[in-house]
Parts: sequence; structure tokens; C-alpha cells
Amino acid sequence: MRPFKRRRRGGVVATFEPEEAHVLANLASQVVELLRDRNGDPEADPDPLALQLGMGGPSLPPEDPVLRRLLPDAYGDDAEESAEFRRFTERSLSSAKVANAETLIRSLEAGGLGQSDDAGDDLVVEVELGDVEVQAWLRSLTDIRLSIAVRLGIDTDDDVLAVAESEDPAVQAMSDVYDWLGYVQETLVGSLG
Amino acid sequence: MTTPAPVELDEPASDLDLALEDPWVTIVWNDPVNLMSYVAYVFRNYFGYTEEKATELMLAVHHEGRAVVSSGSREQMERHVQAMHEYGLWATLQRSDSV
Repeated sequence: MRPFKRRRRGGVVATFEPEEAHVLANLASQVVELLRDRNGDPEADPDPLALQLGMGGPSLPPEDPVLRRLLPDAYGDDAEESAEFRRFTERSLSSAKVANAETLIRSLEAGGLGQSDDAGDDLVVEVELGDVEVQAWLRSLTDIRLSIAVRLGIDTDDDVLAVAESEDPAVQAMSDVYDWLGYVQETLVGSLG
Repeated sequence: MTTPAPVELDEPASDLDLALEDPWVTIVWNDPVNLMSYVAYVFRNYFGYTEEKATELMLAVHHEGRAVVSSGSREQMERHVQAMHEYGLWATLQRSDSV
């Protein structure tokens, strides 16, 4: 990967190896699936007004710990208020997160994800992000990192080191991806000045 | 997706004064995932805080486990909490006298 840099004019640019872009798009679509499993597909909702008004959304926090982190309670000390707030807002929060992840995937596709050259090799993926895409990427990268952290059991700063030193190759591989995503996001934030 | 315009705030005398005047507060909690640079970026970009104020609040979250990042009406704080959740920050609102 070549880290994010600001162009003299316009947006920020970065280059991903084909495998990196695939991993990123794959993780983003997993977040989309998880959110849709709970809140449905907003585009398929028969009553867009009700959706927009946040009516009839779920009031109980999700059981899945990843979803609970992505869609947390708003009132730290009041479960009843949290439930009421969630009923009116969770769906729009969830839709926003889905839209952010989809924007990220679209940028990768526009940058050449899934395309190959004449020799049949996958193309390097060059993304260029305008202001709107930057905001979606920042949020989506965060959602992906939060999801992985929950699955890895990262609750404290010490846990980050513990999973990096894990003897389980699967945990170590996921930990590497987690670190890499942190690097991607760091360079994106850094490029914004 | 919502991208609210940065809010210009008068520099308060202190956070404590603000908390006493305004009935509700937004609290951001520390987590081991969010990058320090990102949290400061969110405070600058969303709340319109200066770099200095944003960094100060980010460090308060990091070292003290949480920080009051805004205060005002309940409706305002609900909007802020929702926005923080979209950014992926862990935020809650509560009455300022219960902080």
C-alpha cells in the first residue's frame, strides 16, 4: 500500500495491492451484512417515511457484541431512555453505517478492484477520495476496526499487545489486519492536515 | 449520511461553568480501538473546536477514561451522541448534575 496523500488540487489518494483492496472490501461488506441482518435492507423497506423518521426500530440493544459496539446505548445510566432513543434512531444510524461501507467499496471498485490487466494479473487499486468519500472512509474504517477488535476480545490497551503476540495463527493474522487498518486510517487522518 | 456544519462555540470560562449552566452533557469514553489522531480530528471537525481544545479533550478521554465534550439541551446532546456513534466513538449523554 502507498499511504494516503493529499493532492495539490482536490482529494486524497492512496494505492492498494489487489489483495489488500479485496480484504478491505470484504471486511466492509461483512459490516454491511451484519447491520442488514438486524435492521433489514433500507432500500427494500416498504415505508421510507417511517424509516426516515426512525419509527418502529428495535428498542433492545443487539445481542451480538459487535453490533452492540457499532450501535451502542445513548444513555449510559438509563436503560429505559436508551431503549426509547434506540427505537427512534437506531435504524438511521445503521443505514448511515451501511452507506459509509458501501461508499468505501465503491471507491475501491472505481479504483480498479476486481479488474485485471492484459496478462490476467489483478490491477493495483488506486483510490482518489473527495471530501464526501473521505468522511465515509473515516467512519467505515472505524466500524471495521471496532468489529475486529470485538471479535479479537480487545477491551483494553494491553489486549492489543496480547493478541499481537498470540500463538494462535488465526488470531495473529486477524491482529495483523487490525494493525494494518489502523495504519491505513492513520495515514488518511494525517493526509487531511 | 449526515455531515453537520461545524458549530462555532464561545470559549467557555471552564467546562465546569458550562456544566452548571447547561442541563445535559455529552460524554466520550475511552476505548482501545480509536486512534488518538482520529478522536482529535472528530472533535475539531464535528464540534468545530480549535486544535488545542480538541487535543486537550482527546487526551482527557485517553488518560481519565472519559471527558465531557459538550453541554446544552437534551435534544442537542442526543444529536451529538448520535453523530459520535456514526463516527464510531463511544459516547453517552446524561444530566450534567449526575456527572
